[in-house]
Amino acid sequence: MTVHARVFRNSYRDSVELMRIAAELEGMAGVTRAGLVMATKANCEVLTEAGLFVDAVAGAGPNDLVVALASDDPDAAMAALDRAAARLAGAGDGAGAAATTRTQWRTIAEGAAGLGGADLALISTPGGYATAEALKALKRGINVFLFSDNVPIEDEIELKTLAVERGLLLMGPDCGTAILDGVPLGFANAVRRGDIGLIGASGTGLQQVSSLIDRAGAGVSQTVGVGGRDLDARVGGLMMLAALRRLEADPGTRVIVLVSKPPADEVARRVLGAAGAIATPVVVNFLGGEPESVRQHGLVPAATFEAAAAAAVALSRGEQLPTPSSTVARSDATTAAAALLKPGQSRIRGLYAGGSLAGEAKLVLKATLGAAAARDHEVIDLGDDEYTVGRPHPMIDPRLRNERIVEVAGDPSTAIVLLDVVIGYGAHPDPAGALVPAIEEARLVASRAGRSLTFVASVCGTDADSQGRTAQEARLASAGVLLAPSNAQAAAIAAAIIQAAPAPGRSADTGRPVAGRSGGALRAGASHGPIGGVM
Amino acid sequence: MALDAAMASRLLRPELRIINVGLAMFVEAPEAHGARVAALDWRPPAEGDRATGLALARLEDDDRDPIGRTVAAANAIAVERLLAAQPLLTDVRPARDALGLGERQLLHAGPPIAWDRMCGPVRGAIVGAILFEGWAADPAAAETLAASGAIEFAPCHHRGAVGPMAGIVSPSMPVVVVDNAAGGTRAYATLNEGLGKVLRFGAYDASVLERLAWFRDVLGPSLSVALRTSGPIDLRTLTGQALQMGDEGHNRNMAATSLLVRALAPSIVRSVDSATAVAVLDFLRGNDHFFLNLSMAACKSALDAAHGIPGSSVVTAMSRNGVDFGIRISGTGDRWFTAPVGVPDGLFFPGYGPQDANPDLGDSAITETFGIGGFAMAAAPAIVRFVGGSASDALEFTRLMGRITLAKNPSYALPSLEFAGTPTGIDARRVVDSGIAPVINTGIAHRLAGVGQIGAGIARAPLSCFAEGIRELAATLGVPA
Repeated sequence: MTVHARVFRNSYRDSVELMRIAAELEGMAGVTRAGLVMATKANCEVLTEAGLFVDAVAGAGPNDLVVALASDDPDAAMAALDRAAARLAGAGDGAGAAATTRTQWRTIAEGAAGLGGADLALISTPGGYATAEALKALKRGINVFLFSDNVPIEDEIELKTLAVERGLLLMGPDCGTAILDGVPLGFANAVRRGDIGLIGASGTGLQQVSSLIDRAGAGVSQTVGVGGRDLDARVGGLMMLAALRRLEADPGTRVIVLVSKPPADEVARRVLGAAGAIATPVVVNFLGGEPESVRQHGLVPAATFEAAAAAAVALSRGEQLPTPSSTVARSDATTAAAALLKPGQSRIRGLYAGGSLAGEAKLVLKATLGAAAARDHEVIDLGDDEYTVGRPHPMIDPRLRNERIVEVAGDPSTAIVLLDVVIGYGAHPDPAGALVPAIEEARLVASRAGRSLTFVASVCGTDADSQGRTAQEARLASAGVLLAPSNAQAAAIAAAIIQAAPAPGRSADTGRPVAGRSGGALRAGASHGPIGGVM
Repeated sequence: MALDAAMASRLLRPELRIINVGLAMFVEAPEAHGARVAALDWRPPAEGDRATGLALARLEDDDRDPIGRTVAAANAIAVERLLAAQPLLTDVRPARDALGLGERQLLHAGPPIAWDRMCGPVRGAIVGAILFEGWAADPAAAETLAASGAIEFAPCHHRGAVGPMAGIVSPSMPVVVVDNAAGGTRAYATLNEGLGKVLRFGAYDASVLERLAWFRDVLGPSLSVALRTSGPIDLRTLTGQALQMGDEGHNRNMAATSLLVRALAPSIVRSVDSATAVAVLDFLRGNDHFFLNLSMAACKSALDAAHGIPGSSVVTAMSRNGVDFGIRISGTGDRWFTAPVGVPDGLFFPGYGPQDANPDLGDSAITETFGIGGFAMAAAPAIVRFVGGSASDALEFTRLMGRITLAKNPSYALPSLEFAGTPTGIDARRVVDSGIAPVINTGIAHRLAGVGQIGAGIARAPLSCFAEGIRELAATLGVPA
C-alpha cells in the first residue's frame, strides 16, 4: 500500500467538511483509506496512527491542509487527490450543502463591513474558538446563533450575560436549530409561517414540535433555540427568559411553546414565573417534568413534543385544548409484529440521530411499560459526543447508525429497532434511502439466525423539506418499516408490540441473556442511564 | 390569521444580514430565504492559539466596554498622528553628534542581538565599521574586538535611527536628520551607499572604506551646508509625488531620488566648490536608492509620534536583523516581539539562488509599517515581477494590506486605485484575527559577508510576533490571560 499526499498551504476547512470529503474519497475505487486534516500536531499523530503520514506532510503546519490517502493504484490516487482539490476549491459534492459560497472575508469585522452591518452571526467553528467569535459578534451588536459545541459553561454564562446586557440573542452553544423571521438556521425544517413562537433548549425537540405544527396546518412565527444548557442552574435560563420577552413583544406571536428537559427547580420557578406573567398563552414541554407546577402558573403542560404541538395549535385556533389521552398504539400491525417474535427476542433497540427524540422515546417507553420494564430496553443517542469523535453527526452521515443497525440485528435479544429520521436543512439529502440498505442487511442477519426484526420509525420534517416527509415515509414503508406520524407514537408502537408479544417472548429464558447487553449497550447505559431513568 | 401573523412577526430586521463563521453547509438555507450571507473564509485566529484568540476578542473596539473603548480611542490618536506627520529633511550630521553615539558603540538593524548570533552580512558590516573608525587595524583584529564584548551593540531603533540591511551606524558616519514638524519627533538614517560592494551587505574592502570616508568628509558636510541654503525639504510631499511616478518608497526609489536631486542641486552648486558639487551630484545621480534611507527616516519620524500610546494596537516598527524579525506596538512600549525571520520569496541575480540567500534583513520594513513599500505596491507594479506577479497582483497586495490597517493616507494617493490613499496604521489585532501577514518589499543579501545584494523579492512578516504583541497588549489592559 502506498500513501499519496498533497498539502494545501494556508487553507483552513472545518473538520466536518474534511470528514465528508474523506468519506467521499474512501468511496472511490482503488482508495483504501483517506484522511483530510489541518496539519496540527495532534492531527499529524492521527495520520501517523492511520499509517497515512509521509514525509511530504512533515513540513505542513497548523494552517496547512493535508490530503493523504492509501492506494495501490497510482491513477486512482491521483484521481482522488484531484477530487479532493476540486472539493476544496468549492465544487459541490452532490449533497447540496457543500457548494460553498465563500467570500474572501476572513473575520467578523470584515464580514460586517462587507454587508454594511450584520444582524446575526452563525458560528459553527470548533468549540475552542467559538467563544472568541461570539464575543466579537456581540461586541459589534450582532446576534449570535452558536452551533458549536464543547464551549465551556463559564464562557456560555459570560456570553449570555453580555447578550442580555446589550439586548441581543445568544442562541446556543450547541444550538441546532432556529427560524428567525422565516429564515432557517442550522438544522431546521421548512415549516409554514404562523403565529406560534417556539423557544427551546432542544434542537430536534424544536424540529419535531415545529414539524408537527406544520403537519396540523398551523404555522410558526419564530423558533429560538437557546442551547442545551440554558436552563442549567448555573446559566439560569438567561436566554429562554430573554427570548420570552422578545416573543411576548412580537405582535406576530400569539402562542408560545417552551421546550426543554426539566430545569433545575430554581430555574423552573423563574421561567414559569416569567411565562405566567405574560399575556400570551404559553405551552410548557419540560420533557419528563411534572405538570402540576406548570398548571399552577396558569400555563399548559405538555408531556411530549407531539402534545406540545397539539396544544399550541389548539390555542392558536382558539379551540379547546386536546385532552391528554394515553396513546392507543395497539393495532393489527403491532399484533402481527408481536406474533413474529421468537422466544428471547424481548428488547427494543432505539438507535437515534436526534438527542431530544431519543429522550422522548425513553420517556414514552417508561410511561407505557413502567419504569422497571423499560430498563430492559435501550435507546441510544448516536449524536452524542461519545459516538461522534472523529465522525460526522448521524444526521449528516448515516454510516455510524447503519453499522449499529446491523450490529444489533445480530443480538438474539433484539426484537424491535426504533429509529428517527430527521430531514430538513442541513440533514442528509436522503436519510431514508441511506437507511434502507442497512435495514435490509439487518433483516438478513436476523433471518439467518431464524429471527425476524420489526423496524419502527417516524420522519421528523415536512413535505416542503427538500427530502420530503411523504417521500421519505414511502421509502421506509417499502422496506417494511412501521411508520408513525410522530416520534412519541413510534415509541408507543414499539412498546405496544412488546406488550402484545406472547408470554414466552417476554419471560427470561435461554435466548435472553440476563446481563443481556452488548458492550456497546453497556457503554450507552453507563453514560445515558437506564431507559426511563433520570434525564 | 396565520398569514397576518407571519407578516407581523419580526424579531430582527427585513432582509437579514448574516455572517457565516464555520461550516459552509449552513449558508444555503438562509440565502434561499432572502437573507444576505457573508460566508467567511474563516480560519482560527492567532494560528489556532485559543487563549490569544480570546484575548484578541476582548480587545475589539467596543464603546460599551472600558477595554474596547480604550483601544479604540488609543488607535484613533495613533492614526491621527500618523496621518498628520510632516517629515522634513533638515540636516546631515555625524552620528556622534546627532545620536550621541560614543566610542566603541555601534548600532545595527532589527531587534537586539548579540555578536554570537549575528548573521554574516551584519558581522561583515561591523568589521567594516570598526576598521572605518580605526578601532582595529585589520579584519581579524576587528572581529576579535567585536567578539570580545568590548563593543556595545544596540538596535538603531533604540536611538531613533533606522538603517537598511545590516544597518550599521558608527559615530563618524553622517546621518540624515528628519524632523516631524507635526509630531515633534526626530529620526535618523545613514546615507545610502548604492549597490555593489557596500557596507550594508557586509563588504569592507578598501573601496567600501574609502566611500565611507568620502561620506564623512565630503558628502555629509556638503549636504548639510546645502540644506542650510535650501531650507528643510518636505519629504511627505516628495514621497507623495514619487508614488505617482512609479516608486513605492522602499524597493523603487528612482523617482524620489530624482526629485530630491532636483530640489538639492541648486543649493549644492551654490554651497560648495564646483569639483565637490560635481562629485556629489555624480554620486546622487548614480544611486537610484539614495532616497531609500530618507524614506525610512521619514517613516520612522512619523511612527515614533504614534508610539507609546497606552492601549493602542498600532504597529510602530517592523524590523529584521537577519536572524530575528521583530515588531513593536504602540501600546506595549519598547518591547520587541520577535520570531525567526525567513528568506524572502523573489528573483535572484544570475548565478545566485535561494541557497545563497541570507534571511531577511534591515530596518527598511519601517516603510511598510508606515504604509508604503509593499503596502503601496499598487504604485509600483514593476515590483511584483520579482515574484512572478502581474500588475493586477500589485493592486491586490495593496488592497490586502487595506484589510489589516486602520486608515488610508490621503497624502499618498494611488492613481491605480482611484487615488485612494495608501493603507496606513497596521492594527496588530487585524493581523492576528485575519492571519493576513504584512507584505514587505525587500532586497536579498548573500548570506556571506561582503558579496552584496543577490536578488530582490517579497517577504511576509511572521504572524507569531503579532500574536505575542496582542497577548502583551491585553496584559497591559488587564485582560485576564
